[in-house]
Amino acid sequence: MTPYSLLSLARNALTGHRRWAPAWRDAAPKPAYDVVIVGGGGHGLATAHYLASRYGVTNVAVLEKGWIGGGNTARNTTIVRSNYLLDDSAFLYEHSLKLWEGLTAELDFNVMFSQRGVVSLAHSAHELTALRQRDRVMRLNGIDSEMLDRAALRRLAPALDLSPTARFPVTGASIQRRGGIARHDAVAWGFARAADRRGVDIVQNCAVTGLRIEDGRVTGVETTRGPIRAGKVGIAVAGHSGVLAAMAGLRLPIRSYTLQAFVSEPLKPVLDTVIVSNQVSCYVSQSDKGELVFGAARDNYSSYSQRGSLPILEDCVANLLQLFPAFSRVGVLRGWGGTVDVSPDLSPIIGPLPVEGLFINCGWGTGGFKATPGAGDVFAATIARGEPHPLAVPFGLDRFATGRLIDEAAAAGVSH
Amino acid sequence: MLLIPCPHCGPREEREFRCGGESHVARPAVAEAPDDRTFAEYLYVRTNPRGVLAERWHHLYGCRRWFNLLRDTVTHEITAVYPMGASRPESAP
Repeated sequence: MTPYSLLSLARNALTGHRRWAPAWRDAAPKPAYDVVIVGGGGHGLATAHYLASRYGVTNVAVLEKGWIGGGNTARNTTIVRSNYLLDDSAFLYEHSLKLWEGLTAELDFNVMFSQRGVVSLAHSAHELTALRQRDRVMRLNGIDSEMLDRAALRRLAPALDLSPTARFPVTGASIQRRGGIARHDAVAWGFARAADRRGVDIVQNCAVTGLRIEDGRVTGVETTRGPIRAGKVGIAVAGHSGVLAAMAGLRLPIRSYTLQAFVSEPLKPVLDTVIVSNQVSCYVSQSDKGELVFGAARDNYSSYSQRGSLPILEDCVANLLQLFPAFSRVGVLRGWGGTVDVSPDLSPIIGPLPVEGLFINCGWGTGGFKATPGAGDVFAATIARGEPHPLAVPFGLDRFATGRLIDEAAAAGVSH
Repeated sequence: MLLIPCPHCGPREEREFRCGGESHVARPAVAEAPDDRTFAEYLYVRTNPRGVLAERWHHLYGCRRWFNLLRDTVTHEITAVYPMGASRPESAP
């Protein structure tokens, strides 16, 4: 497959764009692989890409029950950031952010990563103190962060309501300028194309219906397209992690909930950064097409329906209008619900399961998109070596028994 | 929007309720000196089924009483309502 270039663009323009080769092969499953990844979302595809490109494992299949990138990869608000308070999370998400910064070149696919900054608002003196603490901790960890006063905030986001009569007046903010947004489909397609070029089979419309386990060791998977033998199996299925774990007779500290997000009709440029408020529970950015992309908290009860509840929609719109009253006349075009896998400490679970050769990457809850490249790299290393990548060590399943939780409620409290 | 049949007040909209999570999670008896793994299981591990789930609900903005529901996590259909302390009824096929 030829790399994309100005020359290939010119050549295809002259032939009316009818001769572009497909970006990846729609592979049929082979009888056996060294590694089978269950789940063709961003995380699964990134894992396959890094297995092949960094860890020398190319006999890999990614099995996706629908089409790639059609689950939570397509059901989020595409925010990328690494503004976490605790060291373990900060290093993991910063690893991911650094990969984002070189991703378009690495994949030879424009993932439209736009580092427009992610602003966290404070609405009280106490929240401002907490933001300031996180700002200092981030800087000590070598991650960029700045505090913004109200005047700077007004210059950055003129449409934001900074009046003292707001229900929750804004008292200040912090910004991570290297944060931003990316194009979600391009992330799935870019990883798929890069993995495919190194020989990874991407198998769509292939649901895993069972795991083959012999003498405490995983030997393959049962699928709707027949059995596939595998030396190792990696699970990266987000909301359905519990369903896959149950196939191995395991139970996880995971609950599946619906997280909703919404897109408005396109507007002229009005917001060129990402605004997040924990207090008001809202996060919003404007896409390159001009649509406002926004969301709030997850739904209140567990669900696999991929369909949101109406009270949350109402809250979400009300919260957005508290921050931006000027958006009250904007029409909402569509909304969607994704099934997110929430862990008790709001931190992911990455590592081996108590079945030899079986690994899981789950528990990203409401914030998995930003971690796509980092989680893929760390999970690929974990599968290839058979032991957790150094960044993944604190995120093992055993932390719930040892009590060494990574409680990120402050940075991950609002779903984004 | 769920219409939840409170056993005391009748059907009310979901805004009036809080979901209290999975029912019938038994705390390990102290007399049995549970180890960390057993206690972690009780604190954190849940069935999280794709299908019928037994869960506790609290009619927070109503009678403020707790009760149990059987609810399908895919269709959101509620198939049984039963009091706290009662054992889980057989779910309809």
